[in-house]
Amino acid sequence: MTLDLLRFTTAGSVDDGKSTLIGRLLYDSKQVFEDQLAQVAQASERRGGLGTLDLALLTDGLRAEREQGITIDVAYRYFATAKRRFIIADTPGHQQYTRNMVTGASTADVSVVLIDARRGVLEQSKRHAFISALLGIPEMIVAINKMDLVEHSQERYEELVSDFETYAARLPGVGGVTYIPMSALDGDNVVHRSEAMSWYDGPVLLEHLEQVEVAYDHPGAKPARFPVQWVVRPANGNGSDYRGYAGQLASGALRRGDEVSIVPGGGRTRIAAIDTFEGELDEATAPMSLTLRLEDELDVSRGELICHPEEAPEVAQQFEADLCWMNADLMRPGARYALKHTSRSVMAIVEGIEDMLDTHTLQRIDAPTELGLNDIARVRLRTSAPVAYDPYSRNRRTGSFILIDEATNATVAAGMIAAPALA
Amino acid sequence: MSVATRPQLSHLRALESEAIHVMREVAAEFERPVLLFSGGKDSIVLLRLAEKAFRPAPFPFPLMHVDTGHNFPEVIEFRDRRVAELGERLIVASVQESIDNGRVVEETGPRASRNRLQTVTLLDAISEHGFDAAFGGARRDEERARAKERIMSFRDSFGQWDPKDQRPELWNLYNGRIHKGEHVRVFPLSNWTELDVWEYIDAEGLEIPSIYFSHRREVFKRDGMLYAMSEFAELIEGEEAFEETVRYRTVGDMSCTGGVRSTASTLEEVVLEIAATTVTERGETRADDRVSEAAMEDRKKAGYF
Repeated sequence: MTLDLLRFTTAGSVDDGKSTLIGRLLYDSKQVFEDQLAQVAQASERRGGLGTLDLALLTDGLRAEREQGITIDVAYRYFATAKRRFIIADTPGHQQYTRNMVTGASTADVSVVLIDARRGVLEQSKRHAFISALLGIPEMIVAINKMDLVEHSQERYEELVSDFETYAARLPGVGGVTYIPMSALDGDNVVHRSEAMSWYDGPVLLEHLEQVEVAYDHPGAKPARFPVQWVVRPANGNGSDYRGYAGQLASGALRRGDEVSIVPGGGRTRIAAIDTFEGELDEATAPMSLTLRLEDELDVSRGELICHPEEAPEVAQQFEADLCWMNADLMRPGARYALKHTSRSVMAIVEGIEDMLDTHTLQRIDAPTELGLNDIARVRLRTSAPVAYDPYSRNRRTGSFILIDEATNATVAAGMIAAPALA
Repeated sequence: MSVATRPQLSHLRALESEAIHVMREVAAEFERPVLLFSGGKDSIVLLRLAEKAFRPAPFPFPLMHVDTGHNFPEVIEFRDRRVAELGERLIVASVQESIDNGRVVEETGPRASRNRLQTVTLLDAISEHGFDAAFGGARRDEERARAKERIMSFRDSFGQWDPKDQRPELWNLYNGRIHKGEHVRVFPLSNWTELDVWEYIDAEGLEIPSIYFSHRREVFKRDGMLYAMSEFAELIEGEEAFEETVRYRTVGDMSCTGGVRSTASTLEEVVLEIAATTVTERGETRADDRVSEAAMEDRKKAGYF
């Protein structure tokens, strides 16, 4: 599916040139405004880079970042070409690297994994590739950067491609991997084709971003999932008995007259009308926001999910999930958290840690007794009420959840529900 | 209701749907939300999104304007008319009252602005009314500190934003849990650009205050910007008033919002002008962001919009 709006994520550590790459992408595609450029020129000069533009300063937004030359948190950038609009989730790679990468990846269609041509395929690049696969991003671009520092060597490039390939081949769920040799510093193969690497005849980065087809998530091709967010009911007294169920279609399509079931609450009825502010629709497809009216009066409230009866999701109070732990407080089995899944909130207990995956070797390792910041593990959960879900690998919207610590209100984990084990 | 044709989900409709989802989440999870409405283009878009999210019912929250007393009269007139058309409730939080009550001290001199004072008025109003969520029209493309902010952004009991300790925001799952006295700011237009906003206004046929279109106005030039002559303007030596054909790209106080020379007098012409611009809207028109490299970051940490 060709998207009008493409979201991609980048990740990287302090000195692998990520901010420079994004700065270069924005600068060479003429997306930097004059006043922003003047600010960068001024700041570059103040930091001693007389006469040169430090493009990394374009993306470092906070005072502490500019002072320390680091990136603190996920930043979002916007740019457009004649072909597409882009949203970049730019995630830094230090301390809270996993937390940030997961956050950026959760909404992305494509991930750009950076490799420093001098240093080779390091843990950080592997981790980003691993998280991209875990979070269900099917398209990966491997940017082999700093080619200027290895004399633009084709041999070195091919060696790195082969190294990465060995790793990526074992990642589940990755569709396409595209390798691009580049130098963000010199602008080679970012927007403009490199003369120094005439041996490379693949697409340059921007060209590829403009063309890449994101095949995985045609929301209309999946079973319909409509989590009810809000019941629209005009106040009594104006004679209206209007009752509409408002939400955003998470996947699939719904038509007026369709027979639907309500899960997990139960009940069947038909769609009487699909309302939007502009008027009624015969059919709606994801990701539209709309309001449904139903033929029968059923007890439908926030947190219920409307779907076709023959394509119902799993309904369970116990399931396994991959959990990314995002908080400095440790997670020990037995702990209780609030779990938010679609528009539904329930309580959840982490009953046990099954095992953990070493992101470097991709070997399953024994379950630890607790999870700490940046850990990713398979866990068993039990919830206080039934949850209607699809495995994350089949549906990102109905397979994802967050855990919230009720004492601090912090979002402590991101979760992806696994397919139920065959009985 | 009439039967509409099946809309294509263009990037604008995708952004619209995301924003409506955010508004409904807030309505469902908070006790007392409020929508900050300034009469500016971004908050005009928010009102349309609220109509799409909640009609045929009334909005499940009131609107609030932080009135500096230095607004363009055309904008105040528009604000009141739009609120009346919608039949919704408007709360006006007055910076003048904050000054009269001694909550803030008015800046003096020709460069005085009430921009910073608004923060106190806003936070006072939030606590007086017990609001726990406030919708704002800010976008991440506006300014680099804003590029770092969440769609649902936590404020502590002092109204402060801590950019180094923000809740991770995953998928479209927002964590709306807060303790008493804390609140969140919610920015449904986070992922919109200035051009998206203008294209949306055009596509929806939304009315906007007349100052967004080209008009003749008495102005004076300061720091390279054209400011409106008004009872709040105090000329510095060497400055003089003259007539110019201008329009406004943003709507803020008369004292800190500059006009741009423009002949764009229709929405179509404005969209074309914005698509071809080489300067950001804040860089071109807002003195409040020019104070330092981190002017917006500092104000946001203190509780600004």
